Amino acid sequence: MSNATNDTQEKSFLGLLLTAGCDSFPQALWRSLIAAVWFVFLTFPIMVIRVNTIEHTVVWHWQRMGYVAVGIFFGSFVWRWLLARKELKKDAASRESKAESLLTRIQNNPTSKYLLLALIALLAVAGPMKFSLFGSKLQLLNLYQTNIMISCLVYIVLGLGLNIVVGLAGLLDLGYVAFYGVGAYAYALCNMHWGVGFWAMLPVGAVLGALLGLLLGFPVLRLKGDYLAIVTLGFGEIIRLVLENWGDVTMGPSGISNIDRPALFGIKLGIIGSTHYMYYIMIGLLVLTIFCVNRLQNSRIGRAWLALREDEIACQAMGIDKVKTKLMAFALGATWAGMAGVVFAAKTTFINPASFTFWESAIILSIVVIGGMGSIRGVIAGAVILILVPEYLRDFAQFRMLLFGSIMVVVMVFRPQGLISAKRKLYTYQAKPAGAANE
Amino acid sequence: MNNPVLNVNNVSKDFGGIRALDEVDLVVGDKEIVALIGPNGAGKTTFFNCITGIYVPTSGDVLIDPEGTGSPLRVNGKKPNVVTELGMARTFQNIRLFPSMTALENVMIGTHCRTRSSVWGAVSRNRATRREEQAVIQKSYELLRLVGLEDLVNELASNIPYGKQRRLEIARALATDPFLLLLDEPAAGMNPHETKELEGLILEIRETFGISVMLIEHDMKMVMSVSDRIYVLDYGRMIADGTPREIAENPEVIKAYLGEEHDD
Ligand SMILES: Nc1ncnc2c1ncn2[C@@H]1O[C@H](COP(=O)(O)OP(=O)(O)OP(=O)(O)O)[C@@H](O)[C@H]1O
Ligand SMILES: [Mg+2]
Repeated sequence: MSNATNDTQEKSFLGLLLTAGCDSFPQALWRSLIAAVWFVFLTFPIMVIRVNTIEHTVVWHWQRMGYVAVGIFFGSFVWRWLLARKELKKDAASRESKAESLLTRIQNNPTSKYLLLALIALLAVAGPMKFSLFGSKLQLLNLYQTNIMISCLVYIVLGLGLNIVVGLAGLLDLGYVAFYGVGAYAYALCNMHWGVGFWAMLPVGAVLGALLGLLLGFPVLRLKGDYLAIVTLGFGEIIRLVLENWGDVTMGPSGISNIDRPALFGIKLGIIGSTHYMYYIMIGLLVLTIFCVNRLQNSRIGRAWLALREDEIACQAMGIDKVKTKLMAFALGATWAGMAGVVFAAKTTFINPASFTFWESAIILSIVVIGGMGSIRGVIAGAVILILVPEYLRDFAQFRMLLFGSIMVVVMVFRPQGLISAKRKLYTYQAKPAGAANE
Repeated sequence: MNNPVLNVNNVSKDFGGIRALDEVDLVVGDKEIVALIGPNGAGKTTFFNCITGIYVPTSGDVLIDPEGTGSPLRVNGKKPNVVTELGMARTFQNIRLFPSMTALENVMIGTHCRTRSSVWGAVSRNRATRREEQAVIQKSYELLRLVGLEDLVNELASNIPYGKQRRLEIARALATDPFLLLLDEPAAGMNPHETKELEGLILEIRETFGISVMLIEHDMKMVMSVSDRIYVLDYGRMIADGTPREIAENPEVIKAYLGEEHDD
């Protein structure tokens, strides 16, 4: 019994599955039993009791209790096995997942890299188009799906923006949605009062976001970690409360409607046309974001952000101006939220403060954390999972949030570094022969 | 002595009621290697922190004169990054590298205050930025080669063995183009062979870059052989200074410091 946990490596697959993480099989059995009972108790109110509001009766789904018990009982064996396997793997040299190393391999080979990029570009462009292939009509995304895709793209842009602040510079910002909201309201108000168009407001949104980022940056320069998180959270709430209560200007909780959709060379498009147009605008904005963020993170400034995240004292001692670097991160992160806000207002044509609650900040942060802090590919993967999965799970309406939560827990337990972790750029240099002069 | 590049006058530092540094005077000359020794808790690291801007001295002056103009600049109270930009770069007793950046990137960070490319340069990657970036990479690589880490250029700092991490810190500090390199216990955790190599490296750095070096060190053998002059700190007070020979024969030093060392 004493060395039962030590020799897990030599055990057969079945033996490991049955006793992983426990001293003996009876103990494993006992633990699974406890877990099953506990989960039955926890899920009792949502799984078993159903209130029929029309007939004012309570329907009891007793059989569901059984499903939960059996599911958890066997599931807990698998869970412990997965945990044990992860422990074993931890010592192994490569912590990369299979998907990750495949991606790396594709990226390292120029041919396959450009082939993959071309394929993605083709799919992205063809997305909402209707075309006929061998006589059959084909459309990758219908109108509804195109709309979902647009919001997914908006979240990727938001995630990439927040990634600068949280992932690269290591500043935990829980009020990011404020910049998004201000961008959206800026467009809505300017459009309502002065009829300013979408294209004119897009850069204005970016500048507004950056300015607001600086404004938030100044008072929190001295704060770190939890304290920074609390203050930024407060900042986000302040902006939302202002939007909600400054009725004369923002129209209060009822919001602003009839916001213009973007016009194509002055022509107003119909609902389908403008949805497609919006989709391509977002693709364009996303490409721009990826381009800029990628270049920034491998630049002098990006390295300074990383240094700030890794060790603030060493970073300063190496001659980096902490104030400038932090403010730049806040401003450049908020820029993208400002632009995404303008797009959001133009897409929905109606906004109210309810779209800019803390929940949005939490989602965007989850995208960054689950995807992989500081990793562009990670943020994209995170947004796709966290935004698209709940959409396709609409059929399981009541359990959507439960599943959402489960995904988060599973990812955080098994891949704390995120789905696709950040990779540092490998530099090439001229290895000069010894004795060559220093430039 | 030739013209001093660093001149510390009467510097004191209090932590609440504790006086960690008590009216300390110290001078470092051009291209001089100076050691600062003293028992544990004597205030050596605190001294480094005071002259590099991490702490603000309670009183006294820290003056620098890298060009030898005769009109020194007062640096106490300036921020650490400003002090580094003025030309004093340091390493840390408890290694403070950037663990998830590569060795090369760690050194590249050191060049930050000597380069200028901005956000626009980063996004547009214009000619000036590309040229600057290339120069930074090349310079950082040369520095890694100087400290003997050319095999670990693209290795994450956290994966590099301990002794080599100390060398990486030296390369990173050198990348800031200092006139004075401050090393806080550079030989800690090194075996005698590595220490010997480090000695050679310190002398080579002075030769190659023509800069001054000040080091805090407990390894007396190394201190005696590498330094031009030695300062001895005890309970925050500077109790002696002089050449290695003078220090080795100073009865007060033997009582305060070397006496303890000679027990074993
Ligand atoms: N931030 C601080 N707050 C309060 N006291 C401090 C602080 N930093 C250092 N001290 C105190 O100052 C004294 C000198 O510490 P310091 O770290 O400078 O010693 P040292 O000479 O570097 O010792 P060692 O050889 O162990 O590195 C110690 O008594 C220490 O407790
Ligand atoms: Mg010390």
